[in-house]
Amino acid sequence: MRLPKTDKLVLAVMCGVPTVLLLAFVWFPALASVGLSFTSWDGIGGVGTIEWVGTRNYSQIFSIYPPFWPALRHNLYWLAFFILIPTTFGIFLAVVLDRAIRFSRLYQSALYLPVMLSLVLVGFIAQLFYSQDQGFINGLIGQQGTGPDWLGNPDLNLWAMMIAASWRHVGYIMVLYLAGLKSVDESLRDAARVDGANEWQTFRQVIFPVLKPINVVVLVVTVIESLRAFDIVYVVNGGKNGLELLSVLVYDNIVGEASRIGYGSAIGTILLVLALGFIVTYLVQNFRREQRP
Amino acid sequence: MLDAEAATLSRRNLLLRAAGTATAFALPGVLAACGGDDAPTGASGGGGASGAKEAVGTVSFGSNASDPVPKEAYAKVFEAFKTATGGTVKVNTVDHNTFQEQINSYLQGKPDEVFTWFAGYRMQFFAERGLATDISDVWGEVGGNYSDALKQASTGLDGKQYFIPFYYYPWAVFYRKSVWEEKGYEVPATLDELKTLGAKMKADGLAPIAFADKDGWPAMGTFDILNLRINGYDFHMQLMKGEASWQDPKVVKVFETWRELLPLHQEGSLGRTWQEAAQSVATKKAGMYFLGMFVGQQFEGANRDDLDFFNFPEIDSTIGADTLDAPIDGFMLSKKPENEDGAKALMKYLASAAAQGTYLQSDPNNIATANDADTNSYSALQKKAVELINGASNITQFMDRDTRPDFASTVMIPSLQDFIKNPDDVAGLTKKIEDQKKTIFT
Repeated sequence: MRLPKTDKLVLAVMCGVPTVLLLAFVWFPALASVGLSFTSWDGIGGVGTIEWVGTRNYSQIFSIYPPFWPALRHNLYWLAFFILIPTTFGIFLAVVLDRAIRFSRLYQSALYLPVMLSLVLVGFIAQLFYSQDQGFINGLIGQQGTGPDWLGNPDLNLWAMMIAASWRHVGYIMVLYLAGLKSVDESLRDAARVDGANEWQTFRQVIFPVLKPINVVVLVVTVIESLRAFDIVYVVNGGKNGLELLSVLVYDNIVGEASRIGYGSAIGTILLVLALGFIVTYLVQNFRREQRP
Repeated sequence: MLDAEAATLSRRNLLLRAAGTATAFALPGVLAACGGDDAPTGASGGGGASGAKEAVGTVSFGSNASDPVPKEAYAKVFEAFKTATGGTVKVNTVDHNTFQEQINSYLQGKPDEVFTWFAGYRMQFFAERGLATDISDVWGEVGGNYSDALKQASTGLDGKQYFIPFYYYPWAVFYRKSVWEEKGYEVPATLDELKTLGAKMKADGLAPIAFADKDGWPAMGTFDILNLRINGYDFHMQLMKGEASWQDPKVVKVFETWRELLPLHQEGSLGRTWQEAAQSVATKKAGMYFLGMFVGQQFEGANRDDLDFFNFPEIDSTIGADTLDAPIDGFMLSKKPENEDGAKALMKYLASAAAQGTYLQSDPNNIATANDADTNSYSALQKKAVELINGASNITQFMDRDTRPDFASTVMIPSLQDFIKNPDDVAGLTKKIEDQKKTIFT
């Protein structure tokens, strides 16, 4: 098929501009980070002052950098928790609200509201709840100052933060899934009912598989949200003492006064590999299954 | 792409700014350049402190004083500067922590001419990297009004001065007089007396020593003072400079002493901010609090007059108790300032008793650095702080100002928090610190 000249031009511009932007603002910085992760640089002076150190940053991170392993573990906890609890709960809410129950709109808006808040705000709100001395929860159970130290106890605070972050994530997943459910052809449900399937069977055997594109989106969103979690723990205590996350370590090393650009880049690269690992594996599996006859 | 947005975004910013293209930072420079038109660029004088009013022009000022009290205090100082010299100050205020975190890229872009900063290693580092202008000539004029200790704290590794001290504040043990009088507590002079006092307070239902380390830095003050009391100034500075080993038995002794004191510290410190800890003293739930004098910000009205402090007690009589942390805040001149003469005139003014007095009237939780500062208007607390500092043989700046910032923030903050959580494994802790130290101090 031959395209008229103007169409070709429009096509070239529409593909070209995003490609250039993508290369300049995504691929170049990402690859530059990977490159910088093999160097030592304090960010002062030109690129000439960058010193090549091979894999030294990586070996130090794995061997003598105490916050690294806890941070990695916390990121994985965060991922598992997000997939198991808020994502599942969000889907559940979507399914419930998809049925024409009373005040459905009201519930939807109430549950979606937190999504509009930035995670920084969610962090502030969470502190009003969790503070040991002045917080709402300890006030409620009448143990102000003596109750559980939700934010300071390193065995508790990560979970407290994950719950606070879930408050927002649930609404997000609910809306994504609700949009998907609205597009399901009514005749599928009817057919299932005719075949004698109950509510759960209909969802499990018919609706869920049909919503596969949405499921992929939900999973990818969940992985991204859990691995990039940063703001909420950073406002609470700067991501220390039980709230270490890889993203925080990247920030601490690069942005703060520390300026260990190479070191921080190496942690960023590890985070990138982790995220890609999860998502690529999932996508490959999915597409492979799809190709089967 | 999911490559940890935070990571690449910030790095990208950094690279951009390193290239000197970030408009955010270019702007103040441009403004300064516009205002600087009427300043004599190559003028004869080099600036007599006061005098020719038109010689000063506009000076841009990068400020980290984002809290309302200091921000207003600075505004008053600059008003007075205008009256005194005719010079205008264009203030660019940035959130305190943000200012600190972005200092590297800020100074490499188009920084303001004069900017707020700290004495000690943090000043020397930027001087050494050529990001600050030598102001020895200013010191030639104002030096007589500063003590030798302050001059030393303003001197870079090359022996030249790069810093104008403005105010400082001592770290000491703060308490409420009324509580102590009521219960008959006495100021402890030794570690044993401190422990006895703590036990007594515990029996009276008070948390003896208020403590907060959620933000990671307050515990550094406790480490500093214990190390200074047990091992003295010289060893402390060697340790801060990366020369002494953290596995030295002397350091181990510091942590062991701290471990003995930990039961007297308020529990749950890792979830508490210093403001909350200060409130527990203000509301008479805790007996005392070792912190900088800025703790006074949490005491209002009559409570403020009830606040008193004592110097942290002696631990080893051969070392004594005459060294303490008293961080100095002040100003530096960025590299290649547009209006150098005007900027230096501003710095001279800031070194004067008049400027410091104006500032302290609005923010009385510090004391002035100039020798001839008017101390008559000082509160009793401020007068006592002056006495304490004048009696000190050595003054240190606080751990995160005396050592490399990358070491302080990425190694010491988590390590001290680890110690608070698990005080028993001192050998493991000091080994971890030393291993990391070796990779940073190379």
